[in-house]
Amino acid sequence: MKIIVLVKHVPDAQLDRHLSAEDNTTDRADSILSELDEYALEAALQLVEARGGAKAGNQVIALSMGPAGAVNAIKKSLQIGATEGVHLRDDALAGSDAAATSLALAAAVRHLGSDSPVDLVLTGMASTDGETSLVPAQLAERLGLPQVTFASELEVDGGRVIARRDSDTHYDTIEAPLPAVVSVTDQINEPRFPNFKGIIAAKRKTITTLSLAEIGVDPAQVGKAGSWTAVQTAAPRPPRTAGTIITDEGDAGIKLVEFLAAQKLL
Amino acid sequence: MAKVLVFIDNPGQALKKSGLELLTIARALGDTAVAVNGPLNDDVAAALGAHGAAAIFRPSSDDLDAYLVGPKAAFLAGVVAASGATTVLLENSFDGKEIAARLGIKLGAGVITDVVGVDPDGTAHKSVLAGSYTTTARATTAVSVLTVKPNSVTPEPAGAAASPEVLTVDVPESASAGAARITGRTDKPASGRPDLTEARIVVAGGRGVDGDFGPVEELADALGAAVGASRAATDAGWIGHDAQVGQTGKTVSPQLYISAGISGAIQQKAGMQTAKVIVAVNKDAESPVFEIADFGIIGDLFQVLPQATEEIKKRKG
Repeated sequence: MKIIVLVKHVPDAQLDRHLSAEDNTTDRADSILSELDEYALEAALQLVEARGGAKAGNQVIALSMGPAGAVNAIKKSLQIGATEGVHLRDDALAGSDAAATSLALAAAVRHLGSDSPVDLVLTGMASTDGETSLVPAQLAERLGLPQVTFASELEVDGGRVIARRDSDTHYDTIEAPLPAVVSVTDQINEPRFPNFKGIIAAKRKTITTLSLAEIGVDPAQVGKAGSWTAVQTAAPRPPRTAGTIITDEGDAGIKLVEFLAAQKLL
Repeated sequence: MAKVLVFIDNPGQALKKSGLELLTIARALGDTAVAVNGPLNDDVAAALGAHGAAAIFRPSSDDLDAYLVGPKAAFLAGVVAASGATTVLLENSFDGKEIAARLGIKLGAGVITDVVGVDPDGTAHKSVLAGSYTTTARATTAVSVLTVKPNSVTPEPAGAAASPEVLTVDVPESASAGAARITGRTDKPASGRPDLTEARIVVAGGRGVDGDFGPVEELADALGAAVGASRAATDAGWIGHDAQVGQTGKTVSPQLYISAGISGAIQQKAGMQTAKVIVAVNKDAESPVFEIADFGIIGDLFQVLPQATEEIKKRKG
């Protein structure tokens, strides 16, 4: 089985995050492997481990598109268990929106499938920085593949992928033929942590760097120039300030209701 | 005048508030048409007209619901071609965003999600990085596709009701070839409470409820509110994942958010900091939630919440 897992290097959501004052792009200092991508990586590892793992010729390729620092997301993925890493890196990619990102990633997926076919492209449910959830569906559309998104359970059997997809009012069983693009939620599994053996093993794994020229993408199709949307203005939201804080002296429930009444919220 | 298309997926017996909101935004932008998937009854058609829809487009196929997203995007691409729409508005649900995503690629159109307002010139307003920035963005393409969050406008009927023309748009069979198929559906039990992302009031519980959501639910019901939860509470299995508010759950912007037994770390704050008024109840005076609360109570939620519930019931008689 050959699985590509899309991994993104994103600003740590536990810290304050910023947009660049110059061009409204995301400031990527203090970045980490997107937490939501760890679930996709874990799902991929479980699928190949059930099929004899890397020894049986199964591949889990961690693919990341991003600037130099994105290699850290790939290294972390290799430590967790991906078999190889691919870094799509080109200055022309900076500022790409979801449409341009999906164009570059589609070309990279095709490139990686040129020697042997790819069975699955696995992604997280969203990036924790862009948060649009557009890329998996756009990648599927560009590759002409079925999309199976927001999977909270996943199995692959007989050339088909079968998933459970939850919504607020119901859950669906989704089936699609392979190859497919699958995004998974944070409900699907408990991602493993890299252990010492994994960290040592990762040093011997290959990370291939690809440029746009190598995957046959014209730089004008990506980056800000190739994007179909443009951010025009960005302003930090004024921080909320603390209001009235009281300590319960036996009547705080009543005071709460009085506050709501004064705010006309009852 | 610009032409605007609103997509309404399975209106059922009556239009939902979110659909009426999309129509209200559409009318302010230009001539409005609606694409409807699923059965269309007379009441819904009349309501679409009352909200300014001049035309209703329906798919030639009645089995789009058997597939995930792809064929619905193909239907909408056909409607955009037939109607000449330059702006497409959809709900900001998982499905809405993904239909928008595929439609955008089909049309070569820019897609903007999580929109909370649209200017007459098409500029979209949204929050990014979990509500820490507000931005404006535009599609630079001939057609723009926007998914709009609920409660972004107050729905209003049009000044003059239209009697919309109903047209059928062909969905090519190739649209469903190889698409992911929905082979089973299981309904979840209905809570009877408002939808979390659309609710005017949310009462949420966290680690501090220690397995007992009773006081949170009772206060929510007294206020007609939705019930939310922190990730700690959903991970512990005390309440379904659907209730999770935060970075990996839902983002809510209600008029009032009552946080009970939630510390208010960044994960949670990301999902609720755009609420208009925040009330927090927590035993720990050092909880970060008190830094963003308009009204904070340092106290035991098992004392404070039931007392508040009783007081509300008394006042509402």
